[in-house]
Amino acid sequence: MKLPIYMDNHATTRMDPRVFEVMKPYFLEIFGNAASRNHSFGWEAEEAVEKARKQIADLIGATPKEIVFTSGATESNNLAIKGIAQMYAERGNHIITQATEHKAVLDTCKRLEKEGVRVTYLPVQTNGLIDLDQLRDAITDKTILISIMYANNEIGVVQPMAEIGKIAKEKGVLVHSDAVQAVGKIPVNVTKDGIDVLSLTAHKLYGPKGVGALYVRRRNPRVQITAQMDGGGHERGMRSGTLNVPGIAGLGAACEIANREMAEESKRLRFLRDKLKDRLMNDLDETYINGSWEHRLPHNLNISFAYVEGESLLMGINDIAVSSGSACTSATLEPSYVLKALGAGDDLAHSSIRFGIGRFNTEDEVDYVGNKVAEVVKKLRELSPLYEMAKEGVDLSKVSWTAH
Amino acid sequence: MAYSDKVLDHYNNPRNVGSLDKSSPYVGTGMVGAPECGDVMKLQVKVNPETGVIEDAKFKTFGCGSAIASSSLATEWLKGKTVDEALDIKNTDIVNELALPPVKIHCSVLAEDAIKAAIGDYKSKQAGVPKAEAVAVH
Repeated sequence: MKLPIYMDNHATTRMDPRVFEVMKPYFLEIFGNAASRNHSFGWEAEEAVEKARKQIADLIGATPKEIVFTSGATESNNLAIKGIAQMYAERGNHIITQATEHKAVLDTCKRLEKEGVRVTYLPVQTNGLIDLDQLRDAITDKTILISIMYANNEIGVVQPMAEIGKIAKEKGVLVHSDAVQAVGKIPVNVTKDGIDVLSLTAHKLYGPKGVGALYVRRRNPRVQITAQMDGGGHERGMRSGTLNVPGIAGLGAACEIANREMAEESKRLRFLRDKLKDRLMNDLDETYINGSWEHRLPHNLNISFAYVEGESLLMGINDIAVSSGSACTSATLEPSYVLKALGAGDDLAHSSIRFGIGRFNTEDEVDYVGNKVAEVVKKLRELSPLYEMAKEGVDLSKVSWTAH
Repeated sequence: MAYSDKVLDHYNNPRNVGSLDKSSPYVGTGMVGAPECGDVMKLQVKVNPETGVIEDAKFKTFGCGSAIASSSLATEWLKGKTVDEALDIKNTDIVNELALPPVKIHCSVLAEDAIKAAIGDYKSKQAGVPKAEAVAVH
């Protein structure tokens, strides 16, 4: 077993060597511009792009023409939400999203608010899922879009997309889903799930960084999106810019592998994840799973170890790459806004660790991680005045702390 | 974030972890911080009433590695000092000794507060002032 161990697969994944092999020729040999119509260099590049389009579409139950290539999910989310807000501005100016979205959705919505769009941020229940009645009640005759992520990047909870899609359809509202954590990990089908626009990215499913896609429905209904970049009118006018052919070929290959291996792989990851959870929870008291256990990605484990501060825990397990909070916010000292939205106290939010088990993790690694984390948690609890007080029976919520 | 060797050393081998009898008239207890802020320090000193010298110091800390190191270092420095000398320990001394980055300066401030709270608790016990709660205010 090699150290350090990478177990932060919600942040990014190592590229699958099979994906890398597919990409290789598109750097030095097949280097043409996919938009060049006059020679074989362009045709070959276009062929690679069209093949990838089909591989992606097949994975999510779409048709190839509905796939628009982007630089990644942040761009896809921006393009989807801003593009729909602008295109459908005459129909309405209200968007519904939820508090636990990724910043690429939340900050996009905040920008739109400054431009006069009204945004409802639905709270989530303590299990991390939205309340469908609240969603239904939030829809008005001005609502044009519901943007709800398929699976959460921190706590891995999977939202009831099919029910959301059904509610939206009844009311004639479009559905966008940031599905970067779900695509390739659990079955995603835009038709069954009633999704009209969907964001995905390659690097979360063992593909390269810097390439993603936006699915845009063409029938029932035909969704239109205002382009956010001006240029050559690539991707049916929705996204200008020369296509990243090697990256796209890699994204396609990653989707094909995921499609073929998902059933087996998710079984294996679920076994490893459950083993890690049992190892930790059987050994350590006052340890809590954040978010619904039932509606969760098979490879996600987000645990709070009460009375232990997350950063000090990470320091003790410095040969294991995991996250405290999310990678995008852990540079700050603020606890995770996702955990806060679940109603977890700030103290438990400060004590959380996210494990993301991936394709290249082995059972030996999971055993090592379980033993190491348990050992460090015990050591830090010996150091923790809070653990001592809790053991003495002090109710920590009744203590008048000196905030600073 | 890269930690300095000294922070790593205190984190890996914390000095003087533990608790003293907080009901003893010769023990001063300081507890500062709050769980929702991500750090709580408990620092205790045991003073020889004849000499005023701190004979023992213990800590327990919930917080990041720098907070643990700051309080561990504080206990090292406290032992052998008189209570008045102890009050001269400044957070900047801790920052310099541990090479704390700016984002971690609050850990050293907390350690200084914990020292002051522990000494204050000891002094109020000696003066016979009853104290309702072990949690100090600063």
